[in-house]
Amino acid sequence: MSGLESLAVPVRCTVNGVEQTATVEPRLLLSDFLRHQLGLTGTHVGCEHGVCGACTVMIDGKAVRSCLMLAVEANGTAIVTVEGLAADGQPLTPLQKAFHEEHGLQCGFCTSGILMSLTALIEHQPSPTEDDIVTTLDGHLCRCTGYRNIVRAAQAAVKAEQHRSRPAVATAGR
Amino acid sequence: MICGRRVRAQRKSALDSVRDREKRKRRIQYNPVKPPAFEYVRPSSLDEAVRLLADPAKESKVLAGGQSLIPLLNFRLAYPRRLVDIKGIAELAYIRRDGDRLRIGATTRTRDIEESDAVAAALPLLTEACHWVGHVQIRNRGTIGGSLAHADPSAELPAVCVLLDAELKVRGSAGTRTASANGFFHGFLSTDLAPDEILEEVAFTIPAAGTRWGFREFAHRRGDFALAGAACTLRLNRDGVVEQAVALVFGATPSPRRSAAAAAMLHGNRVTNEAIREAAQMTRRELASEPAGDSEQAYRQELCEVMLVRALTDAVNEGASRGVAA
Repeated sequence: MSGLESLAVPVRCTVNGVEQTATVEPRLLLSDFLRHQLGLTGTHVGCEHGVCGACTVMIDGKAVRSCLMLAVEANGTAIVTVEGLAADGQPLTPLQKAFHEEHGLQCGFCTSGILMSLTALIEHQPSPTEDDIVTTLDGHLCRCTGYRNIVRAAQAAVKAEQHRSRPAVATAGR
Repeated sequence: MICGRRVRAQRKSALDSVRDREKRKRRIQYNPVKPPAFEYVRPSSLDEAVRLLADPAKESKVLAGGQSLIPLLNFRLAYPRRLVDIKGIAELAYIRRDGDRLRIGATTRTRDIEESDAVAAALPLLTEACHWVGHVQIRNRGTIGGSLAHADPSAELPAVCVLLDAELKVRGSAGTRTASANGFFHGFLSTDLAPDEILEEVAFTIPAAGTRWGFREFAHRRGDFALAGAACTLRLNRDGVVEQAVALVFGATPSPRRSAAAAAMLHGNRVTNEAIREAAQMTRRELASEPAGDSEQAYRQELCEVMLVRALTDAVNEGASRGVAA
């Protein structure tokens, strides 16, 4: 392993509002960095080539695949994972609540990625059309709930958010 | 009850501490990696990047958005010794209108091109093509230079560059050169770029006012790699006669391919439904002379014909209200 360790590079980024510094192998994927080094296992890993969407996180406000990024590429960025949406014991975000109420999930494997993509969509575009929501979801595979309830949940969340002043994304992560 | 609760609490905390210990151990021992080992460098200038690429001791590969390269690494289909990340080079990400040219820097994200007002005004065909690139989560990272250098036969951006004959600025050890998009793509994942060269800029000549266009592609699911696609530009005179036509198909051939037969057939004629059908059939016959003849290949060739009919029809029907030029 000593040969590999000599390749180690420093990473410094903000994850769910907490500054993180680490030394990693360049080949470490961001998804594996989040899960295995930071213990943030809410980010799921499915296909590992950018098709399934389970590993989606928000980087500087944009939804991206954490399996298609090296941890070292995240240097200097602000990352939000599903753990950063609502801290433990804190109320769920309107989107998370809507997923609960509209039966937007079953096994939950795809859910964290979908939450991150939809959160980014709603932040970027506060009144997305059904078409915008469907287009965002085309980057996510869900095998159990089906997409109808997920679209409904997203629409309910948009409506709920329009009724209240929106709180910023919770920053107190794990 | 209180006693039971206390026991449960004690057991829980004991379990937690064991679990924590296990977790800590795991974190040290279990360090999963998919890609092969490589060195990583992030130069801050193009000259430095070229110098790194030219180093014969290291087999280097350029890393831009990574949306094609990282999957190749994850599957260990590529084994570079060193990745040269060019995202740290500030002067490579831009969209600039320069007279009749639209210049786009190599590390400009597909999503930024898709959302650019300057692009929508000058080259709406490019905006449309960007909608079809992967999923939005991919477009948020992928770059135009990366897509061109990767040269996937199904990719939209190489197709648009060949259709519009974009001019590609390339920087290498020997200096800067320009390459025409026609001829840049040598085949499946293969381009004109030498190992020590970096694609720096893509410059499109903005088509004349009134130029019509169409872009269509087919995939089983939205966001998948296209099985086949087609794009065209058409310029008609006042009488509806074609003054200039470029037709292209992609997905069925190792690189995007212009159809000389379709262009020649349309030129000087009115664009009727029959003319469109005939042009698309001629294109398909051109493809049939390409190597590889399995059933999927035949299906892709058939799809090319259908997509070209639709792209040409779009150009005729809708083109006037969404001319390429501002």
